[in-house]
Amino acid sequence: MLKKPLVALATVAVAGSLAAGSAHARDQIRIVGSSTVFPFSTAVAEEFGKTSSYKTPIVESTGSGGGLKLFCAGVGTDHPDITNASRRIKSSEIEKCAENGIDATEVKIGFDGIVMANAKSAPQLELTLQQIFLALGKQILGPDGELIDNPHQKWSDIDPSLPDTKIEVLGPPPTSGTRDAFNELAIEGGCKTFPALKAIKKEDKSRYKGICRAIREDGAYVEAGENDNLIVQKLQANPNAFGVFGYSFLAENSDTVQGSKVNGMAPTFDAISSGDYPISRSLYFYVKNQHVGAIPGIQDYVGEFTSDKAIGDFGYLSDKGLIPLPEDERASLREGVSGLKPITKADLE
Amino acid sequence: MSNPAAQQPTNWMSDDMQRRIKRRYAADTRFKFYGIGAIGLAMVILVLLLGSIIVRGIPGFMQTQINLDVYINPAKFSGIEQAATPEDAEKIIMSADYTALYRDTLRERFPEVSGRSDIVALSRLISSGGRETLRNLVLADQSVIGTTQDVWLPAAGDVHSLATGSMSRETPEGERRLKDNEISWVDQLEADGDVRTVLSNDFFTKGASREPELAGIWGAVVGSFLTLIVTLLISFPIGVATAVYLEEFAPKNRWSDLIEVNINNLAAVPSIVYGLLGLAIFLNVFHLPRSAPLVGGMTLALMTLPTIIIAARAALKAVPPSIRDAATGLGASKVQVTFHHVLPLAMPGVLTGTIIGMAQALGETAPLLMIGMVAFVVDIPGGIMDASTVLPVQIFLWADFPEKGFEEKTAAAILILLTFLILMNAIAVFLRSRFERKW
Repeated sequence: MLKKPLVALATVAVAGSLAAGSAHARDQIRIVGSSTVFPFSTAVAEEFGKTSSYKTPIVESTGSGGGLKLFCAGVGTDHPDITNASRRIKSSEIEKCAENGIDATEVKIGFDGIVMANAKSAPQLELTLQQIFLALGKQILGPDGELIDNPHQKWSDIDPSLPDTKIEVLGPPPTSGTRDAFNELAIEGGCKTFPALKAIKKEDKSRYKGICRAIREDGAYVEAGENDNLIVQKLQANPNAFGVFGYSFLAENSDTVQGSKVNGMAPTFDAISSGDYPISRSLYFYVKNQHVGAIPGIQDYVGEFTSDKAIGDFGYLSDKGLIPLPEDERASLREGVSGLKPITKADLE
Repeated sequence: MSNPAAQQPTNWMSDDMQRRIKRRYAADTRFKFYGIGAIGLAMVILVLLLGSIIVRGIPGFMQTQINLDVYINPAKFSGIEQAATPEDAEKIIMSADYTALYRDTLRERFPEVSGRSDIVALSRLISSGGRETLRNLVLADQSVIGTTQDVWLPAAGDVHSLATGSMSRETPEGERRLKDNEISWVDQLEADGDVRTVLSNDFFTKGASREPELAGIWGAVVGSFLTLIVTLLISFPIGVATAVYLEEFAPKNRWSDLIEVNINNLAAVPSIVYGLLGLAIFLNVFHLPRSAPLVGGMTLALMTLPTIIIAARAALKAVPPSIRDAATGLGASKVQVTFHHVLPLAMPGVLTGTIIGMAQALGETAPLLMIGMVAFVVDIPGGIMDASTVLPVQIFLWADFPEKGFEEKTAAAILILLTFLILMNAIAVFLRSRFERKW
């Protein structure tokens, strides 16, 4: 007897909310995408929510690829308005977006350096991109010019000047944009220094990518998950290990870990922003033009994000570890954004 | 019949027998020690775990504040007298430059500080939440404009780390987040009694923030509450109805066996699978809003159903058949027997199972990942359709932020979640001991 009204109540509640759901208009910006941009995007969202009359946007951390997939799925309140990316949109993704009638405006917000760091209790390492490739590449050139599985077990196997310790690098898994960028900038960057390997690019591009963007899977590179704080803690516990993560985590933990010099440059704020530090990448977000005007506040949010207050040299995002764009690039960025010029495949060339 | 006299009586005093007895006692004692050892080890680990979380979490409940006499400079609110409507005045108040107000106060306080970067560093002793405190002050009462207000402003996260001792002064300056001059400013303020560390109001009343000193747990608590209400409203009636039907009414045949096996299997399905199901059905088919407690609650209800059904069936099974027989004998119909006698007697067990299922749902993040509840949500959700997050998700997100201050916030949030879990389990234990009947 007791149960019947309850069942009825639940049914009514569910049915009622279903009806309400389909008619639910959205007045809150929805953002998805890269976990690297997440700390910056959330800071802007919070500031935007506090200083404007709009609701604070909802930011989800789905990874760059996952974000673009959601973003390009369609137009309408069920789909996100903005996606963050720690890499540029791919031409296949532009196609997917176009198929669903979406024009995306690209906004480049700044740079992020990827560091290889170890505990302060161990000596700071000076590496070259080539040495990083030789330490972490899946296949390298053998003595007779043939490709062999990476035989290096210790850093000193690569170069006698490097320490006599086991190669042990903790880094993000393949789903991460940081990993994509590390593969592209560090591993491929080192790979290209071998003319024999570089030559493959002209003959067979996919084979070249298979060699020059592959990280060894024999235990020297440990996939430590997306949580960079965890990697930092593991480095403190194990002074022989190195970690791969974004510059903002190095900046926050400068009392316990140090970044290795790469090609003679230490990963500092200035070296990354000037482009001298070789492993740095651009960060982006993409705006769905069809939603501008339909969802209130998108243009103001973009305005907040691209203001000097946020991404300027002393903006609040630089406190959070974002490396700002050069001043002239910021000015042209604001100009481009206000016109909402959609990105096309030609722009990627 | 054997003759007992023919048998030698056992000589309990013989050396052999004594040795055997001793060995048996020793085995008893050893086993007892193994048991105590196992419990002891578990206790030590639990104490270490809880202890480390509590030690780390306590500063997370606190907020360091700095006392300043801020002159609410009318120049920053130009045009407010001419504002035609209250809305216009509000707009001016919303967009005023509050950083400049407390920066000016700090510069008067430390006249020796000069140079742009030093002045920026000085004003960064105050958290960006200081602007909000001042803004709320002016919003609440416009007459404060032009007066000097004695206010406690939240200090920056680094100042809080210094005040609570998690930032060591021993660390060389280059590796410290606060430089020597910044520390000297804090020390000077402290010497004047203008620095205090108090229980953080923000932590218990606000939503998420990117600044550790301003981040609050309340948004996640409300989100968890709304989600669990939805879960309970859906899974309890359906679960109990299923259990009652299967236990009391369903014919025992191959079909009911198949259903039973499936329910038991569902209880063991990894929770992320329910998240995928929720994504496919509630979001993609019904187009319910992403990140809403409604969808989260419905997804978690799917996950909790098997637990409730299994517990409810066990409770119904434990009601002795004599109760049913007696009621039937007095002329009660099958429905009357079930709802007037069997179900009320089984209720303590059913509720215990439900609460344990709810506690499970409270601690779950994986299924919520798929339906967008793993998100940065600042506004406190006002209903089951608003975007929100839940306690374990908030812990997960905070653990991932680079700022040092979030370490203690994470531990503090874990303590809050554990408190709720212990409360729920305590209620379950209470219900069991108070109302459960033994036959």
